[in-house]
Amino acid sequence: MQVWQAGLIKNRVLLVLWLAGALSAALLPLLTHAPNRLVTGKGISFAAVLSGWHGLVLIPALVLAIAPFCRKHPLRDGIVLLACACWLSGLLALAGHEAQQLALTDSSYSRTSFGGGAWILWGLGWLAAADALGQLKLGPRNTVLVALAVLAPGIGLLFSGQLSALSVLKEYANRRDVFDAALSRHLEIVSATLVPTLLIGVPLGVITFRRTWLRGPVFSVLNLIQTIPSIALFGLLLAPLAALATHVPLLAQWGISGIGVTPAVIALTLYSLLPMARGTAAGLAQVPAAAVEAARGMGMSPRQIFWQVEVPLALPVLLSGLRITTVQAIGLTTVAALIGAGGFGAIMFQGLLSSALDLVLLGAIPVIALAIAADALFKLLGSVLGERGQ
Amino acid sequence: MNPAPPRRWWLDPLLWTGLLFLALTFGMSRLQPLFHTLFPEQERPMYLQATFPSLVLAHVLIVGLSSLIAVVVGGGAGLLVTRDSGRDFRSLLETVVAIGQTFPPVAVLAVAVPLIGFGTTPAVIALALYGLLPVVQSTIAGLESVPQPVLQAARGLGLSRWQILWQVELPLALPVLLAGIRTSVIINIGTAAIASTVGTQTLGSPIIVGLSGFNTAYIIEGALLVGLLAVVTDLAFERLMIHSQQWRLATMPRNRPITSASPASAQSR
Repeated sequence: MQVWQAGLIKNRVLLVLWLAGALSAALLPLLTHAPNRLVTGKGISFAAVLSGWHGLVLIPALVLAIAPFCRKHPLRDGIVLLACACWLSGLLALAGHEAQQLALTDSSYSRTSFGGGAWILWGLGWLAAADALGQLKLGPRNTVLVALAVLAPGIGLLFSGQLSALSVLKEYANRRDVFDAALSRHLEIVSATLVPTLLIGVPLGVITFRRTWLRGPVFSVLNLIQTIPSIALFGLLLAPLAALATHVPLLAQWGISGIGVTPAVIALTLYSLLPMARGTAAGLAQVPAAAVEAARGMGMSPRQIFWQVEVPLALPVLLSGLRITTVQAIGLTTVAALIGAGGFGAIMFQGLLSSALDLVLLGAIPVIALAIAADALFKLLGSVLGERGQ
Repeated sequence: MNPAPPRRWWLDPLLWTGLLFLALTFGMSRLQPLFHTLFPEQERPMYLQATFPSLVLAHVLIVGLSSLIAVVVGGGAGLLVTRDSGRDFRSLLETVVAIGQTFPPVAVLAVAVPLIGFGTTPAVIALALYGLLPVVQSTIAGLESVPQPVLQAARGLGLSRWQILWQVELPLALPVLLAGIRTSVIINIGTAAIASTVGTQTLGSPIIVGLSGFNTAYIIEGALLVGLLAVVTDLAFERLMIHSQQWRLATMPRNRPITSASPASAQSR
């Protein structure tokens, strides 16, 4: 490798990330270990767990230390990505094995969880991978696929049972049925929101695109709704819906009530209308006038123009509206747990109220993972459709 | 796109929602008879664990402090990566912002507790971290929107780099920058309400206490004030943005076309 060329440092970003990682590995505990859940754990440093084969994790770290001094080349970035994948999964494997060792010597109540150092080292590894991905300039679809490949060994490790001695996964094992119920309820609420959102939001977007004078008032109202904090909207809907349910028994039979899934879906739909309608209108607005003109010249009817020309061309932008809507709904469903809608928010808030920190993570991490997965999925879909459109 | 401020002051929505908010903040306890008639089954329909002005003050302080940190750090980071010396870091920062904005704010708040602990500090840190993202995005977008000919003219006039930054770039980037700060503050007002579940006194406290104790009156009292606070803040920012836009136009030479920058939209809450 041509390391020593004019200017020693070829990738400052990677070097800064590496130095930050070295600093946090030296200063922050990698793991915390406590004899039971009531006492605060004591930290275990990165250096303390490096005995035996654990030292292998230093190999990707060494590769990442050399890489900033190598010339910019796809090979370098590929090696960095490989090193990042090894580093991310190696860190997990190390933590899982250390937790197993500690569990052997201790009672079954003992808890080993990630310390601040582990989170930061993981995050920095991710950033290094993101930087290498950015350097490679692969295009949206391949970027998502490579990012998945970098994450794959870590996810495989998670499902292999090697990490089961870590406290978050112990918590998961204790409440597997609660977790599964929360997952299906969370997805249920999000998909129940998307149906009315599409049915109302898309026509709303089409109408505001066609009738310009409607644009101001409609978007003002939707913007106002978007401004109101979620917890306040849930609270403000609670009393009127409860009153409706007691006075109109038929509505109560349909499941309308102040608390539970129905008010959550109503509030989430209200929030979703703005990004959906805006995405639809923006999608239609960017359809080239020439395409519509050509279709008209070919003798297509307005209906044909709409379905065969405007909708296909508007679809990528419309999908990005749907992406924002879905990601937002996944997050807001968490808050809906406060009005008894269930989902991962229920686990999270139960953890917060009872100071069970592993429970908080068990609720929060899947929500973040779901949001990122939905975001990536819609971006992938959008890029595939965009390619086909051209 | 933005509506101009109404010509007659008594038609101004900012004025009326602001007055309503202040009246409810200081006069909520006077409404006790009303809440008694609305919720006859509740023995104590008025939240008394803390006064409403003190809750509003606590809420505003948390949001203000975290937004200040977000503006200073986020603005600084955005500024750094648009300079020549920091350009390498720009794509990484943009990636972080894009991924970070898919995180639900509530989840960020919750994850702060296992790492930092309960109380006001983790709430402020979580809010500041999440609030950074729109500010970074809008700082980059705003500074990039400054037309190159303007920068060249400023350089030609012999202005120093600091003078160009303070007298040319920042004023021209201000409308876009304000849009990002607005998004950040509005998200923080909502998340701060939920921060009452991590042991902070905010306007969310009556809502959380009401939800766990089946006291709808508490919920409405808290929800009305948080909702109004958010709406008033949003309207105030809208007004500020109109003024900054007009000021920007006034400071620019008349007959030079300005590439208008689209304000960063409030995509994620």
